[in-house]
Amino acid sequence: MDFIELIQSAFEALLLNKMRTALAMLGIVIGIGSVITLVSLGQASQQSIQTQIESLGANLLTISPGAQRTGGVQGAAGSNTSLTFEDASAIESANFASISKISPEVTRRSQVTAGRNNTNTQVIGATPNYAQVHSVKVQSGSFISSQDVAGLKNVAVIGPQVVSDLFGGGDPTGQTIRINKIPFTIIGITASKGGTGFMNQDDIIFIPIITAQKTIFGIDYVSSISLSATSADTMTQAENDAGYLLLARHKISDPAQADFSVFSQADILGAASSVTGTFTALLAGIAAISLLVGGIGIMNIMLVTVIERTREIGLRKALGAKDGTVITQFLVESIILTIVGGVLGMILGIILSLIISSFLSLPPSISIESILLAVGISGGIGILFGWYPAKKAADLSPIEALRYE
Amino acid sequence: MINVSHLTKIYKMDTVQTVALDNVSFTVDNGEFVAVMGPSGSGKSTLMHIIGALDTPTSGKYILDGEDVGKLSKDQLAEIRNKKIGFVFQSFNLLPRTTAVKNVALPMIYAGISKKERIKKAEILLKQVGLGDRMEHTSSQLSGGQMQRVAIARALAMNPSIILADEPTGNISSVQSDEIMRLFQSLQKQGHTIVMITHESSVAAFAQRVIYVKDGKIEKDEKNGKKSNK
Repeated sequence: MDFIELIQSAFEALLLNKMRTALAMLGIVIGIGSVITLVSLGQASQQSIQTQIESLGANLLTISPGAQRTGGVQGAAGSNTSLTFEDASAIESANFASISKISPEVTRRSQVTAGRNNTNTQVIGATPNYAQVHSVKVQSGSFISSQDVAGLKNVAVIGPQVVSDLFGGGDPTGQTIRINKIPFTIIGITASKGGTGFMNQDDIIFIPIITAQKTIFGIDYVSSISLSATSADTMTQAENDAGYLLLARHKISDPAQADFSVFSQADILGAASSVTGTFTALLAGIAAISLLVGGIGIMNIMLVTVIERTREIGLRKALGAKDGTVITQFLVESIILTIVGGVLGMILGIILSLIISSFLSLPPSISIESILLAVGISGGIGILFGWYPAKKAADLSPIEALRYE
Repeated sequence: MINVSHLTKIYKMDTVQTVALDNVSFTVDNGEFVAVMGPSGSGKSTLMHIIGALDTPTSGKYILDGEDVGKLSKDQLAEIRNKKIGFVFQSFNLLPRTTAVKNVALPMIYAGISKKERIKKAEILLKQVGLGDRMEHTSSQLSGGQMQRVAIARALAMNPSIILADEPTGNISSVQSDEIMRLFQSLQKQGHTIVMITHESSVAAFAQRVIYVKDGKIEKDEKNGKKSNK
């Protein structure tokens, strides 16, 4: 019996009992469907987090003050005041080949008012470099200029979320807002960065850094210094260059005692990926259980089929079917059950994940790998759970089988 | 040609031994039509299983067409059943919901014959047993006699050395039963060797020779002159 005939006769046998075949397949359909849906949702959220983190800036390194252990006591990150505007200037004037841009930043949440409206938002004291380092684009007006910084100007560039909170839309360029009661003139509005997730990058106000330090917050340190490495390959070099320069400036000889810490976008990305990766694995694990249950369902049905067809098996053996032929016949039936179920489950999974990702406004993510995996796994389940019933069929003695009522 | 010598079959159940066949020897020549008769429990079914290569003897020799069947592996026995033995069962054993042609073609599947050839041969055989107009009927659409004709056509499919019939008329009416027996007789005239198990003497009367089995032994082995060429 050639391969095509084997498949034909298996289909014929399965079609003899359509209801049972459909129910047996349902387990696999649901199993494969949920694996594909859950894995693709996991991947979609992973991708979406990655895009958000990448949108924070290309090849970004952040130097934060005082996160190192000092004598067993660790200050909370950002609570120290060890970084200054001059530190940033020193890195800049060192002209490292590994570093393209330096952006010292002062960050605090502040109360902001415009007319009768008010909001509490992130106010960032920035230099012109901030825009390049953090990939901030301005949709109208302009970003903070060097003149604004040097001239201690009271100007602000505001995010689209702030525009809608304070002005309800429109273009408020030229209008005045008050940050901690001090008036600022709006000179630009940033383009939306798609601010969902843990940090809304559209709910933000930029003002010149010196203005922020002197006029608003009354401080002489910076919250952090962001660096843009020249490329992804020079990230480590940039980290070292800036780190050792700061250690020298702060007169610290032991790097373990540093009063600042440097972490890269890759670190954040890695942490976030590992979280979502674990999450995806968990979801896939749950789905795999339903797949296992589906497989047991197939085995159950095949066992019933073998018992029901005992006489037929006996007859086939009497007419010259070898054990191997009988095993093949039943295995092909269960593999067809699971592969057809797998393909249906795949279609179900794709449709479901498209629907769910459109509800959650995630990018649809269905990989070829997960589809191949689903079909492969379902075929494997067919072999795994079909083997025992098939072996049982082949082991039947033809004499006993022919006598079976 | 069948040559059975000193055939013994002992079933062991826990500590109890049952001797189903006790030192049985006989020879069936090519072209013979032999009936094996005996009451139930006489060992005739065991004899049929061994001759049909469904079972192997505890001791003794069974030579079919010059081949010692007693010493073959499971797969080799399957091949013997496929190529040298044509089974006709009491309960027909046709595949349910399957057409007559496909039933007849079944043994040829296991011999690796192509589909086209299988169908062609099956159609010829069905015409030969008088079912040329029932080729696409499934077993539920056929009478008992017709089903047994399909089974006989299937037994002929591989052009076997012997046709082994186990109570072939046990489940069909007496009119149809006579027709089936005449079909066997005509097959014998065409040169087929037929061994038939039965407990009805009226059926055994169609054979040329009757072997009586009782308590695992051959009680009588005689030529049957009266009805054989009726």
